[in-house]
Amino acid sequence: MPEALIFYVFSGLAIVASALVIGQRNPMYSVLLLVLSLAAMAGLFVQLDAPFVALALMIVYAGAIMVLFLFVVMLLNAPQEDALTWDRAHPLRHPVVTRFGTVLALVLIVELAYALMRGNDLAQPVGSRASGDLVSSVRELGRVLFTDYMFAFEATSVLILVAMVGAVLMARREGEQS
Amino acid sequence: MDLRLLVQIAVIGFTFFMLINASALLVLAERKVMGFMQQRYGPYLVGPHGALQPLADILKLLFKEELRPKGADKWLFTLAPVLSVTAAFAAFATVPWGAETTLFGLLDEPVKLGVADVNVGLLVIFAITSMGVYGIVLAGWSSNSKYSLFGGLRASAQMISYELSYATSLAAVVLLGGSLSVREIVDAQQGTWLGIINHWWIFVQPLGFMVYAIAGVAETNRAPFDFPEAEQELVAGYNTEYSSVRFALFPQAEYINMATMSAVATDLYFGGWHGLLPFYTPLDPLIERYGLGWAAFLAKVSGFLFFYIWMRWTLPRYRYDQLMGFGWKFLLPVSVVNLLVTAAVWLYFNA
Repeated sequence: MPEALIFYVFSGLAIVASALVIGQRNPMYSVLLLVLSLAAMAGLFVQLDAPFVALALMIVYAGAIMVLFLFVVMLLNAPQEDALTWDRAHPLRHPVVTRFGTVLALVLIVELAYALMRGNDLAQPVGSRASGDLVSSVRELGRVLFTDYMFAFEATSVLILVAMVGAVLMARREGEQS
Repeated sequence: MDLRLLVQIAVIGFTFFMLINASALLVLAERKVMGFMQQRYGPYLVGPHGALQPLADILKLLFKEELRPKGADKWLFTLAPVLSVTAAFAAFATVPWGAETTLFGLLDEPVKLGVADVNVGLLVIFAITSMGVYGIVLAGWSSNSKYSLFGGLRASAQMISYELSYATSLAAVVLLGGSLSVREIVDAQQGTWLGIINHWWIFVQPLGFMVYAIAGVAETNRAPFDFPEAEQELVAGYNTEYSSVRFALFPQAEYINMATMSAVATDLYFGGWHGLLPFYTPLDPLIERYGLGWAAFLAKVSGFLFFYIWMRWTLPRYRYDQLMGFGWKFLLPVSVVNLLVTAAVWLYFNA
């Protein structure tokens, strides 16, 4: 019973915080609410017996990436978004872009529904599927990543490298212009 | 009610109590050591040899008026100090500070000295210390002051940069200990080499410890890396606009973070509660037998904290760009090479 209660608290927190991220006018609050949402999600991962994933989420996203977001918001001193001016002028309001976004969102929903329907071991905690007890779950994760999912792992690292090179390139070009 | 549960709760309460005291004692120690290094007495009037000075400081801060600058963000301005002190306390949750004890045969099953024993304990410490930066950044931003903002910006840049080398140096110890549980890493350091030198990871990982110590000082924003509050440039940095209890929480968080850093260093590199000095002494078996490991642990942590204070009053502050260059161009490559070499050597001997 307390487990279920904690689950509802965490998932409620995650959903409400995520909704408020979009609903906020102040970008600073948005960033902080996103951190809260990530923390609630980390709590859910702990409940799923996947403490390593929970902590990786906290360290990588809440601890590093969101701090960078905060950094950017502070540096730009982003003003509060004004709904009236934003609505008219913003390029994202272009009808083609809007429709494209809608189609993408629909595809995502269909994909998620398909994945949830197909998965038959959703009731099982994540850690219990690994061989041995929880202590080995980090070890098991590392072993699986570097053997069974080697290709996906390497492909992701290449993707991140490409993104990094792209970011460096963009930053340099901007610097040359000014 | 189970007696063992009661004892465990008492241990947790005691840890909390000790952390609060640590911040008060460190204030006194800092001022006394500073006085000693500058050839004066330091606080002397309140209590015997100024021993009650922290109490007087706290009372003074409690009775001051709480000011909030006009234009400050009401919620975040209040949240920031709370966040930083909460993160500081919470980070100690998975730091064990003593071996298992039965309290001289009082309990059937031994309790573990420390708040919680989690099998990914080291990651928990790391995750929560990285949350501490939010307190400082938010304090800087919400004050609506340029000095505070610059302090907050510097803090976030510095802490992100140094977290990398800090984590990489810890990874080498995880490799040696073969576990992410701090308690297991400590217990892997039991015993001696040739009966002379204690089996501490500092002797295997001198470079890793060096990186950890430097990055640890930068993480806690202590001198010579205390840019977020560099007086000559930023008045008082991120806490310029704070007063009264809200202000008091920042130094408190800083001192507790220092204690956590020292405790983690003791656990990971200096054998935790195994052995008092780097070499074997006849005292060591006595410590093991009478369950006085926590005293050895406390002694080592105090040594570290003294080192922190010593360093603060000895070294001048770095320049900001030098600090970032040092972090990225020297400390990070060194820690990565250290990790690679450690992994290779470990594989060679354990293949």
